[in-house]
Amino acid sequence: MDGHNKLRDLAVSDSGFVFDPYTGSTFSVNLTGLTILRGLKEGHGREDIVGELQTGFAAGDADYHRDLDEFVGQLRNQGLLPLDFSVER
Amino acid sequence: MSSFNSTIAVTGLNATDNPGPGVAVIRSLRADPEFHGRIIGLAYDSLEPGIYAADLADDVFLIPYPSQGSEALAARLTEIQKRAGLDVVIPTLDAELPLFISLEAQLADMKVGTFLPTRDQLDLRSKAHLAALRGKVEIPVPATKVINDASELYEIHREISYPFFLKGLYYGAYRATSVDEAVHAFHRVVAQWGLPVIVQEEVRGDELDVVAVGDGRGGLVGAVAMRKTFLTDKGKGWAGIAIHDPVLMRLTEQLMGALRWRGPCEVEVVATKDGGYHLLEVNPRFPAWVYLSAGAGINLPSAVARLAAGHEVKPMRDYRVGTMFVRISLDQIASLEDFERITTYGELRRSAGSAQ
Amino acid sequence: MSPLPAYERPLIIRHESGLMNKFSRVQSMRPMTHLDGVAVAELMETYGSPLFVFSEKTLVERYRELRDVFSLRYPKVRIAWSYKTNYLDSIARVFHKEGAWAEVVSMFEWEKARNLGVPAEQIHFNGPYKPKAVLDEVLPAGTIIHIDHFDELAVAERVAVEKGIRPKVAIRINLTADGTPQWSRFGFNLENGQAHDAVMRILTGDRLELTGLHCHLGTFILDPDAYRQSATKMVDFANRLRQEQGITLSFIDVGGGFASHNTLKAQYLPGDQATPSFSRYAEAISDALGKLNYPPREMPTLVLETGRALVDDAGYLIATVQANKRLPDGRRALIVDAGVNVLFTSFWYKHDVVPAQEFRGVFEPTILYGPLCMNIDVVRDTLLFPPLNVGDQIVFRTVGAYNVTQWMQFITYRPAVVLISQNGQHAAIRKREDLEIVRGPEQMAPWL
Ligand SMILES: Cc1ncc(COP(=O)(O)O)c(C=O)c1O
Repeated sequence: MDGHNKLRDLAVSDSGFVFDPYTGSTFSVNLTGLTILRGLKEGHGREDIVGELQTGFAAGDADYHRDLDEFVGQLRNQGLLPLDFSVER
Repeated sequence: MSSFNSTIAVTGLNATDNPGPGVAVIRSLRADPEFHGRIIGLAYDSLEPGIYAADLADDVFLIPYPSQGSEALAARLTEIQKRAGLDVVIPTLDAELPLFISLEAQLADMKVGTFLPTRDQLDLRSKAHLAALRGKVEIPVPATKVINDASELYEIHREISYPFFLKGLYYGAYRATSVDEAVHAFHRVVAQWGLPVIVQEEVRGDELDVVAVGDGRGGLVGAVAMRKTFLTDKGKGWAGIAIHDPVLMRLTEQLMGALRWRGPCEVEVVATKDGGYHLLEVNPRFPAWVYLSAGAGINLPSAVARLAAGHEVKPMRDYRVGTMFVRISLDQIASLEDFERITTYGELRRSAGSAQ
Repeated sequence: MSPLPAYERPLIIRHESGLMNKFSRVQSMRPMTHLDGVAVAELMETYGSPLFVFSEKTLVERYRELRDVFSLRYPKVRIAWSYKTNYLDSIARVFHKEGAWAEVVSMFEWEKARNLGVPAEQIHFNGPYKPKAVLDEVLPAGTIIHIDHFDELAVAERVAVEKGIRPKVAIRINLTADGTPQWSRFGFNLENGQAHDAVMRILTGDRLELTGLHCHLGTFILDPDAYRQSATKMVDFANRLRQEQGITLSFIDVGGGFASHNTLKAQYLPGDQATPSFSRYAEAISDALGKLNYPPREMPTLVLETGRALVDDAGYLIATVQANKRLPDGRRALIVDAGVNVLFTSFWYKHDVVPAQEFRGVFEPTILYGPLCMNIDVVRDTLLFPPLNVGDQIVFRTVGAYNVTQWMQFITYRPAVVLISQNGQHAAIRKREDLEIVRGPEQMAPWL
């Protein structure tokens, strides 16, 4: 099963509660994580997702690209994305 | 007893294979026909089994771990009182008692009643000080020694012979038959419950248990004595029977007098073959089998809830000897939505008119 | 339009039993933006990071509480400030101004106390190492030594003869108190008769005047009952000496050791719940003193050498976040600019630590590393902590004891120490080290 499929099948609620039907694992994600997760589920690219973070939140001097990559690393760690997945530049 | 409709919060919903007493306390409250109030379950973790029993708690709230300190708990209880109303709290776990005791006055200011021992009473009966009860009660107390360093185990056989038990200050007990086992057990206890470790002489015999409530002035509100009739491989009582034992009752009365105990407690005793009794432990809370007290006709959890609410409770003495309990494990069906609520919002409101 | 939610670093956490309690995190931690009314930001700007900060208010409050709860229960009480706990001049002076004597264990500490104006007769001198040169100086000056072993006793007698004096001395005793590890290496053992031998030796030598008994049980003793036991044994011994030998002691010294509100690593409940109040120690000790067979006017003074319990709660360490890291096991790590070289006590204590500014975001298991290039440089084992940004400050609390004496100069300069006065003034009471200070005692080998 490839990682995209799994993302598509994740149940993600507005509260930030995430359910992986393949493993039965559940997760909590914060609002920014939720934005990225939804973007990835819908196949958005890097610039789109960064744009959603920029317009959706009152930011200080955040490094969106670093945070996006780090979050994708967390999803890989949790087995929600294949190990070779990255958001293309 | 008279009609009673407070909102009562109870902790210890961890009804696992080593169960916390909360579920039994709540079932006892529910068994009181005069009780018309609401029950709030207080849990530390979203997977505490008692959360998912729809007929137990009307509402469930997560509370911070004792290790997070009193400020955090006070803030959370204030919030719960605002959201769901709160008249009485009954803590049921050893490790949370120092914290609730330290909050007693603050809770009273918030009009939340408790019925707890003082900090000195709590320490007096602690496993570390049990030996000090020698002479205050008429039955012997096994030899105990408090140790802080595993190296002390190499000398200990001079004072306490093998086999003996190593116990944590709050929970946990391992039996050791040799130095190697003792050192291993020492590190297990420390890893889970920290220092010190209590070494206690083994006394073999029937395990007898009393659940009792002291009035804080040296008197006994009520007590039920029980013999464990079935032990699990972990030594937990899985079945038991209410017994009539004047010696045990006298011991319990002596303890309440010596400690001026206020609130619930569990007195653990071993009866040896030769008819002797030995005091093993005095736990500062209800035991997990306390529902037997309600079943046998003196509902001690309900008595404590009433006392905490400031009501009078007359001494309760007569219970139905021969009442048995047999514990059961069963799998509840839980909904992912309930799990989501408790996990993401820290609360599960089942009571009518609740916001969610 | 409602305002946009604030940006936080994105995070996903798997639900695991034992970690599923959002309320243990969200509400339990409040940022500590000010220390005694002074903004952390202002302190950072003035003195730099990292920085030790002491609250004079807390020092004085703790001191007065200790004095008051003991004086309430026993008429004659003396507190001797235990220098090793924190011998910065300003800290010691706060206690001396409140009336404290000094307790020292070395010539350096003795000189420091004398330099602060403490009369030599108001110094208790402890420790297993008091060479003759030291006794030559402190005994004629009137300092009370607590004799640790027979060899020291012999040297003290020699000094008495040589100087033609009759010094006032105490003996240090060790004893067993259930539940505390015995510090049997210090002093004379009570139970096996050694302490009695030492007294007899002093009496027959007739060169020294035995005026006190001392017993320091250990440190961070959470059980007041241990003091009940030690004080009871000392009282029994004192009664026996009075009855058999006619010795009237002028003081009984129960040492230090009361717990601060810190939390030992091997401790289940945190300090705010486990640490007994001063009154509970006072009750245990005064109960025992009640059994003294002394006429009311001759009651010995109770001496307390409380160290950490007076100063620990008053000390803070502010450090600055240098980096965020994610470890392979998923834990978050923060690298801060204060390591175990500065926060020496982090080897034994789970120090309470909080952010110094408002924060948002999900609490996660986080480990705090110092800046040293060594694996042991962990200033706080895993705790639940909010996300912080580089440049944010954190405040370690309850770190006033033993750190600014046991810290080491390693790799870099030791930080400044600041005292905040009772009315909110602040001043550096020890400046940050610099190259000149550290190089000061160095000398280039002449052939290089
Ligand atoms: C003789 C003596 N007195 C007093 C103290 C101070 O002890 P604490 O800081 O635990 O109060 C010590 C500390 O080791 C000591 O050795």
